[in-house]
Amino acid sequence: MKPAAFGYDRPLDWAAALGLLVQGARPMAGGQSLGPMLNLRLAMPEAVADLRHLPGFAGVAVRDGVVRIGAGTTHAALEDGAVPGRLGAILAGVARRIAYRPVRNRGTIGGSLAHADPAADWVAVLPCLPGDAVLLGAAGERRVPLSRFVLGVFETALAADELLLAVEIPVLPEATRWGHWKFCRKPGEFSKATACVLAVPGAAPRAVLAALDAGPCLLDDAAALLRAPVEEAARIVAGLALEDPWRAALAKRALAQAAEMAA
Amino acid sequence: MKRDVTLTVNGLLETVRVEPRTQLAEVLREELRLTGTHLGCEHGVCGACTVEVDGAPARSCILHAGACAGAVVRSIEGFAEDAVMVALREAFSAEHALQCGYCTPGMLVVARDIVLRLPGADAVRVREELAGNLCRCTGYQGIVHAILRVLESRR
Repeated sequence: MKPAAFGYDRPLDWAAALGLLVQGARPMAGGQSLGPMLNLRLAMPEAVADLRHLPGFAGVAVRDGVVRIGAGTTHAALEDGAVPGRLGAILAGVARRIAYRPVRNRGTIGGSLAHADPAADWVAVLPCLPGDAVLLGAAGERRVPLSRFVLGVFETALAADELLLAVEIPVLPEATRWGHWKFCRKPGEFSKATACVLAVPGAAPRAVLAALDAGPCLLDDAAALLRAPVEEAARIVAGLALEDPWRAALAKRALAQAAEMAA
Repeated sequence: MKRDVTLTVNGLLETVRVEPRTQLAEVLREELRLTGTHLGCEHGVCGACTVEVDGAPARSCILHAGACAGAVVRSIEGFAEDAVMVALREAFSAEHALQCGYCTPGMLVVARDIVLRLPGADAVRVREELAGNLCRCTGYQGIVHAILRVLESRR
């Protein structure tokens, strides 16, 4: 349970951080996923680039109706209301159920998203929200819609020499409806099935089903799911042809539950 | 390769010569002889090693020495005179909230955070907040009662 030896660097500006990536360093935000992986020797990087001290890495700013959440913003900050309004309430509700408070104090929204563990909470929730991931590479910034950032199991739109700077999500109207449900064997454990449903007034409702040992499954038009949660959830999950009937049952129930909450 | 890492532990500036991969818990236990911090699972699940880092509870097993340079750490020894911790220690004793004591340092650090951060917490919330700290002796009943006792005494 002790890590293999690794080098440690603490870049103080973004150019230095990108330079370390080119040299093969493993980027680390809060280290709450990478830390255990190092101890278990599931990860044995030559070097770790600690991103926590980069300028602007953590923090929330609202400008022109868009909330920009620095990648290094902790789950605990979001749980404690760092983001205002309806969107903030949604994010706080999700954050509160991530792992345990001592983990949330260091774990970050960007680290979790970039790590792309299929059971992670932000991997399930952010694809359901409008907005973009902001990526930084040697050529500058580029944006990827949150719905297309996570591509699969531990797989994202990030290139090997890019870092996640922030997520940007438009302020949501107060009348936005939201449902989120996950099954964990005990509070804080990795989810066995997570679903969320977002209904913004005037836009087609969206849903995501996740934590199924695959990337998040995005449903672009969840109107039928909102009308008949139980029947539609059964139909959608049947279409995924999950092998394990227990996981399929959890997925169905999570999706129906989230839809009922958002209805 | 070993290098000097300087951090503040229980109010004292300390410099230790360790590898970047050394766990913070090992820095505390092996280098500084602060053996109140216990290592259990060593992958962030059991909560035994929880200490305060930069003012908030954190796992000291998945935090490595390199990342701790400049950190302000408070281990269980650093809470000896803390009023909330004194009340929690008395309540843990009165409510039989420990038997072997292995989980207790981590339990106390999290319990103190619950008392200060969630003054209105009820038994259900206390149990939810304790989900990240495993105890194999007490069945948790005594721990929950002890925390509720301190919460109620402060209302």
